[in-house]
Amino acid sequence: MIRSHVLICTGTGCTSSGSAKIATALEQELENKGLAEEVKIVKTGCFGLCALGPIMIIYPEGTFYSKVTAEDVPEIVEEHLLKGRIVNRLVYNDAEAEKKVEDIAVSLGETTFYKKQKRLALRNCGVINPEVIDEYIAMDGYAALGKVLTEMTPEEVIQVIKDSGLRGRGGGGFPTGVKWSFAAANASDKKYVVCNADEGDPGAFMDRSVLEGDPHAVLEAMAIAGYAIGADEGYIYVRAEYPIAIKRLQIAIDQAREYNLLGKDIFGTGFNFDINIRLGAGAFVCGEETALLASIEGKRGEPRPRPPFPAVKGLFGKPTIINNVETYANVCQIILNGADWFSSFGTEKSKGTKVFALGGKITNTGLVEVPMGTTLREVVEEIGGGIPNGKKFKAAQTGGPSGGCIPAEHFDVPIDYDNLIAIGSMMGSGGLIVMDEDNCMVDIAKFFLEFTVDESCGKCSPCRVGTKRLYEMLEKITSGKGTLEDLDKMEKLCYYIKENSLCGLGQTAPNPVLSTLRYFRDEYEAHVVEKRCPAGVCKDLLSYEIIADKCKGCSLCSKKCPVGAISGQIKSPFVIDKTKCIKCGVCMSTCKFGAIVKK
Amino acid sequence: MLECSGKSERKKQYLERGISMKSLQELAAIRERMKDKVSLRSGENETRIVVGMATCGISAGARPVLNAFVEEVAKEGLSDKVTVTQTGCIGICQYEPVVEVFEADKEKVTYVYMTAEKAKRVVEEHIKGGKVVTEYTIGNIKA
Repeated sequence: MIRSHVLICTGTGCTSSGSAKIATALEQELENKGLAEEVKIVKTGCFGLCALGPIMIIYPEGTFYSKVTAEDVPEIVEEHLLKGRIVNRLVYNDAEAEKKVEDIAVSLGETTFYKKQKRLALRNCGVINPEVIDEYIAMDGYAALGKVLTEMTPEEVIQVIKDSGLRGRGGGGFPTGVKWSFAAANASDKKYVVCNADEGDPGAFMDRSVLEGDPHAVLEAMAIAGYAIGADEGYIYVRAEYPIAIKRLQIAIDQAREYNLLGKDIFGTGFNFDINIRLGAGAFVCGEETALLASIEGKRGEPRPRPPFPAVKGLFGKPTIINNVETYANVCQIILNGADWFSSFGTEKSKGTKVFALGGKITNTGLVEVPMGTTLREVVEEIGGGIPNGKKFKAAQTGGPSGGCIPAEHFDVPIDYDNLIAIGSMMGSGGLIVMDEDNCMVDIAKFFLEFTVDESCGKCSPCRVGTKRLYEMLEKITSGKGTLEDLDKMEKLCYYIKENSLCGLGQTAPNPVLSTLRYFRDEYEAHVVEKRCPAGVCKDLLSYEIIADKCKGCSLCSKKCPVGAISGQIKSPFVIDKTKCIKCGVCMSTCKFGAIVKK
Repeated sequence: MLECSGKSERKKQYLERGISMKSLQELAAIRERMKDKVSLRSGENETRIVVGMATCGISAGARPVLNAFVEEVAKEGLSDKVTVTQTGCIGICQYEPVVEVFEADKEKVTYVYMTAEKAKRVVEEHIKGGKVVTEYTIGNIKA
C-alpha cells in the first residue's frame, strides 16, 4: 500500500543538474530500508523553479526540497520517509517561508513563486508522471476528446475555441478559433494538423517543458483540432535538441495508440486520427510556419510568400492548421470548462494565461504562468524574486530576437499582446530576459542581431543583407567608431528591413535595435559622442586604471595579469600599460583595496 | 533513433488487464481507478491522521500502525478526504505509538499505545462514524 509519493523533476533543467542519479539512489535506498512497497517514486516534468533544481516534492505533506543531491537521499529516506521528520536544511526557503512556524515545511503552493501564478497550460507539469497515460487520464485526460467526439459537432468545437478568445501562443497572437474555421471551410480529401514545437528563441523553454511534463495534453488537443477541421493526420515538428521531449512524446503516442485514443475509430465514433513526429535540425527560421511545413515535406527550410495561407494550401499542398505547443496545451481545458471559464482570465483582448521563461538577472530563473494582464513588476519582483545582488532593474526583453526591450518606465504596464506591441516589443513565445544596470543596451541589441544574421535563411535580400549591414553598424558603434549619422541611418535601415522582408524572421529582426534606440538612445549617444559605454560592457570603449592614492603596491594584480601589462615597484603605485591590456578585468577583481577602476 | 522503453512489456500488461478503449465508459473506469492513486498529490485534506514515527515510535511498533491506517483509509474509499501522514517525536515517548487525528474545527484527538487492530477501529468509529474511541485516548490511559 502506497502511503507517500516522492515527485522528482526529470525535465531538462533538473536532469542536467543530476535528477536521474537522485532517482536511482532513492530507489536503492527505499529498497534497503524496506520502504519500496510504501513509497512511490514519480518522475515528473518541470515544476518551473529551475534555478533551484534538482527539485523533489514529497506528498502527502507537500514538502518542497530544492538543490537535492544523491548524497542527501539517505538522509531524506531515514528522516523524512521513515521517521517523518522534515529535513529542514533542504527545504526551499523564500522570504515568506521564514516567517512561518517552526518545522512545518513550506509546501510548493504557499511560496511566493507559485502564489501569483495561474497554471492552466502547465497544470500537469510537475504533478503527473508524463510517461504513464493512466495518470493523465486520472487528471481528466482524454475526457475532452471524448466530449467533442460524442457530444459536439465540429462547428461547435470551433465556436467554443472562438468564444474563449484563445490566441496563438507562439508569437503572432492570431485567434486560434478563426484559424481553425479557415481550414474547416476548405473542402479537401486530406487535411493536416501540425504542432509547432520548434522553439528557437534564446532563453525560451516553455514548449519543451509542456512536452516533457504533459505530452498527452498536446496529443489530445491535436486530435480535437483534427475533428474540428476534418483532418485525420497530425505532425509534431520538434527540434532534435530536445531529446527528453522527443522520447516522452514517442512514449505518449505509443500509449495513446495502445489505448486506441489515437488510431482508427476512436471511442467507436468512426473518427480516425494519428500523429507523427518530425525532427528539426534547429534552424530558427523553421519556427516560421511555411518554412516549417517545407521542412516536414523534406525540403529546405525556407519560407514562401503568403497567401496562400496554410489553411488553404499547407502541408503537401493540403489545408493545414499549425499551432504552437502552448496553444494546444490550453485547448482541452477550454473544451472541458467552457469558453466563459477561459475568458474569465486575462484582459479584454488577450484571454487566458501566458507562460514565461524567466532568465537573465533574476533570482528565480524558471518557468512561470500568469494570467494575461499581470504587470511586469509582479512577474519580475514578486514571482521572480527580484534582481540579485541589490542591482537596479534596467529593462526586460520579451519576444526573443523578434521582440524588444521594455524599460523601467513601463514596469507597470499589464502584459498582453496589444500592450506589448504598443510599447515596441511583442509577446513572442514568452522568453523574458531581465537586465540590470550592468547590461549595455547596445550590446544586447548586437547580441540579438548577431543571432538573426546567423539564422537568416538567405532567401530574400532585405533580411540576408539588411541584417548583416545593421550588425556592422552596431559593431562600429560598440567599437567607438560610430557617428550620430549612423544612428539615423540605422533607424532607416530597420524600417526598410521590416517592410520588405519575406517572412516574420526578417520583419521582426530589427525590433531589438528599434526598441533600444527608442528607449535608450542616450546610451547609443554615449557610445557615439563620448566614446564611452555607460554600463562598462563594450571592451573597445573601456580602459582600466590604477588610482595611485589607493594602490598599496602589493603587486598582486601584476602577478595575476595574463599579459604582463601591469608593472611597478613594490610598495609604490603600479601602472597599467594600456597598449598591452586586453581588458579582461582580472586585476580589478583581484585588488583588495579597490584601487583599480573601469572607465 | 527514437526509442520507447518497455513497449511490448506494457502492451502485454494492457492486454492482460483487458483494456482496449472502445468507449467513454472505459475511459471513466480508468479515471476512477487512478484518481485515488494521484489524490495524494492534491495537497492537504480536511482530516489528517498523523502517526508519530520517530525512533521511539518506530521501536514501539508505529510502522504497522501507519500501514494499517493507510490501508483502511483506502479500503473505505476515504482517500480524497483523509490524509495519513507521519511526524517526529511528540514528546510522550512512553505512550508510543502515538496517533493524532486533526479534523477541521474540532479539537485534535490523541490516541496512545496504538496497534494495527486499534487503527482499524479508529477508522471505522472515529473517522467514518464521527465518534471518538475514548478508551484509546490519552486521557483514559494510565501511564
